[in-house]
Amino acid sequence: MPGVFAFIEVREGQLRPISLEVLAAARQVADAQGDEVHALILGGAGSSAAAAQVGAHGADRIFVGESEALNRYSNEAYATIASEFIKDHGCRVAIFPPSSLGKDLAPRITARTGGGFAPDCTALEVNGGKLVVTRPRYAGKVISRMELTGEPAVVTIRANIFTPKEAAGAGEVQILEVSLDTADFGAVVKEIRASAAAKLDVGEASIIVSGGRGLREPENFRMLEELAEALGGAVGASRAVVDAGWRPHAEQVGQTGKTVSPQLYFAIGISGAVQHLAGMRTSRYIVAINKDPEAPIFKIADYGIVGDLFEIVPKLTEEVRKLRG
Amino acid sequence: MKRVPDTEARLKIAGDGASIDPAGVKFILNPYDEFALEAALKHKESAGAGEVTAITVGTAEAAEALRTALAMGADQAVLLKSNGAVEGLAVAQAIAAELREADFDLALFGMKAIDDDLQAVGPMVAELLELPSATAVTEFSVLSGAVTAQRATEAGIEIIEVKMPCVLTVTKGAYEPRYASLKGIMAAKKKPVTEKEAAIGDAGARDTSLSYPPERKPGRIVGQGTDAVPELVRLLREEARVL
Repeated sequence: MPGVFAFIEVREGQLRPISLEVLAAARQVADAQGDEVHALILGGAGSSAAAAQVGAHGADRIFVGESEALNRYSNEAYATIASEFIKDHGCRVAIFPPSSLGKDLAPRITARTGGGFAPDCTALEVNGGKLVVTRPRYAGKVISRMELTGEPAVVTIRANIFTPKEAAGAGEVQILEVSLDTADFGAVVKEIRASAAAKLDVGEASIIVSGGRGLREPENFRMLEELAEALGGAVGASRAVVDAGWRPHAEQVGQTGKTVSPQLYFAIGISGAVQHLAGMRTSRYIVAINKDPEAPIFKIADYGIVGDLFEIVPKLTEEVRKLRG
Repeated sequence: MKRVPDTEARLKIAGDGASIDPAGVKFILNPYDEFALEAALKHKESAGAGEVTAITVGTAEAAEALRTALAMGADQAVLLKSNGAVEGLAVAQAIAAELREADFDLALFGMKAIDDDLQAVGPMVAELLELPSATAVTEFSVLSGAVTAQRATEAGIEIIEVKMPCVLTVTKGAYEPRYASLKGIMAAKKKPVTEKEAAIGDAGARDTSLSYPPERKPGRIVGQGTDAVPELVRLLREEARVL
């Protein structure tokens, strides 16, 4: 049976949570067109440990390529293996995570296989044998329905849209033969300098606590970190505070930063410039805390509190901690 | 280089229901392409040699992006002419066809365009030309035929070495774009812009319809100061059900 391709991202043998959302999307498409979900895991030694979890979340068949050459991501190696896999398995649809890896890999695979491409999809339907997707354009000012006429249809999903689901079957696991030499690669990762931001990426977090100029000093972000920790979320930042060097670019939300769509977004001491709204307007719920009742952020916020954030945020953290006990 | 609607522009869906009505819209050079161009200019300046060629794909209006690039300091420009808007793989094919004939060390792209948000053309060109690539580069240096680049990933900063010629897509980082000086704008008028018919292939994907996102329900001010916090938490828990 042909497969819907699901790319499973692992890091150091650990399944990345976004991979379960990829599986949920793949399961949905596979059920719509009567296909199986064929999941591919690529990584270093020990990556097959992730297979059980993949099987428990909707994959019918799981394929694992384990090699030291695959331990660090190489777009050449990954594109070669995944493209051949997609052809061999007759996959009409291939789904990738919206991570830095997925965004690097999926376009290469589209070019190699001559398929059609759509990133950041919020809905996937099968219509007349073609994949029809819904995705935001112009930073969410417009929603596009796109028909993917090229085959395979290669897509990335938007984070926090497709809800992971446990499935009954265990999924059959198969190990792939991989013979690769990193010496043949034109691009080689030499080093990864882990950052604090690596804990929970703002692009994938389901709760984001963002701060802006209203925080007054970089040290005051400690307050937002505490709130984010209490909520199990990630800290985000406005462009102003990133440009000022208070926070790393990895945390920037908005144009020239990340586009996010969490369940819950706190904009704290952020006035709500168009460039910021471009990155977070599709959040499910937006909470604004600002001393200026005229701040544009209140126009798109679901809930707002007007007042001194230096008093409100610690109180909010305290209330959340009580709740989470 | 791509000409895109200004971030602040209000966009109206055109009569065909599948594109944007350009009337009254202010267009700018895609901000990510400015990072790429700045990186190219910096690299040329530090190498003390070489030329920067700006390339775009599109209609005659698209060439505005090239004028901006020339004014910022690009040496020459190429317009790959198409009849209408082209995106994604079709753009990549046109650029790859042009680069196949060209002699270059670095092909730099903005990480993404702020109109289609595809974030795909750079790596697609790399694949079509069978060149190594790195995306989302914040800073790079060149030494003996290879680029050492920094990429922003979820795991942290990745240091990647890429053999030249190669493709890099550039994001915000070390390359704050320069402003075009008056002198630059004057000089741009004398710089060559070559026009060619683009080799447009099948993009394999098309917008069938555009719509406006659902209006956000009018929000409300829960209250003033710390007194409003318990009510906010209650609403997030009982009404929004996100806590």
